[in-house]
Amino acid sequence: MAVDKFPVEASHIMMFARSVADDNQIYYDEAYAADTEPGKIIAPPTFAQSSAQFDPDYFLRPKIGEPWFGSGKEPTGIKRESSGGGGGGGGGGLHAEQHFEYHRHISPGDVLTATVKPGKTWEKEGKRSGKLVFSETVTEYRDQNGELVITARGVGVRTERPVDQ
Amino acid sequence: MALKASDLNVGDTYTECLVEDLKRTQIVQYAGASGDYNPLHTDEVFTVEVAKYPSVFAHGMLTMGMTGRMLTNYVGDGRLNKYGVRFTSQVWPGDTLNSTATVESVEDGVVNLKVETTNQDGAVVLSGYAEARVD
Repeated sequence: MAVDKFPVEASHIMMFARSVADDNQIYYDEAYAADTEPGKIIAPPTFAQSSAQFDPDYFLRPKIGEPWFGSGKEPTGIKRESSGGGGGGGGGGLHAEQHFEYHRHISPGDVLTATVKPGKTWEKEGKRSGKLVFSETVTEYRDQNGELVITARGVGVRTERPVDQ
Repeated sequence: MALKASDLNVGDTYTECLVEDLKRTQIVQYAGASGDYNPLHTDEVFTVEVAKYPSVFAHGMLTMGMTGRMLTNYVGDGRLNKYGVRFTSQVWPGDTLNSTATVESVEDGVVNLKVETTNQDGAVVLSGYAEARVD
């Protein structure tokens, strides 16, 4: 996801750490963090993914005044041609892989940008979900000085049908 | 505390229980923090009736995030150079996950780890690697 301004904030790091049930105080307590090796609060390893919060066009967030495909009165708010079946569930497919390379660990006060480059696409026949179409994106996160801080590579997959359980 | 290269041997393992009986509310909590509100993770009606899955299921990134907790508890704060995974099976409410890092090599101040997270049935839900700086 391309993002022009991703301000890294302590309260966001705290909420993110809670959500992955990580009680390491380096994510919560400035005074504690000062005595750790990094010397300050840092973000947990997968935090960069929450840049989605700062992508104005991120399609998996309900937007004010726009229809949303989740349930309300009806099971879905939008009738799609594919009815969202196919395992993508109208949600843009499933996440197949995620890779992070850390050039430096980010902290509150950093203001990042994210640029996205499309990567490879490939197909495979899946045993449990029919034809699988994989596509890769590479996201580069840079800090306020233009320095590359995290390189992220994600692979998404669209399945022909929901994955058999 | 960071790891010391001199204390590490190929084949050493470190295991943590990531979650017992994963609750739907934790998945909601992750949706809110990460900003990924895909109804497949939080909207049971949509997921069962429209997407045709038996129930909502966890974001792959929630499993990766919890597995990351195991890694940082093992290698220390700010020590990861690389961390990557494949999501090999879905994670459902009610699942109990355990995660293990296995030392594959230690050289030049860097440890390479194999990372695997399994559910209560022994199925691998996440498989990956990490590289971290050691003393």
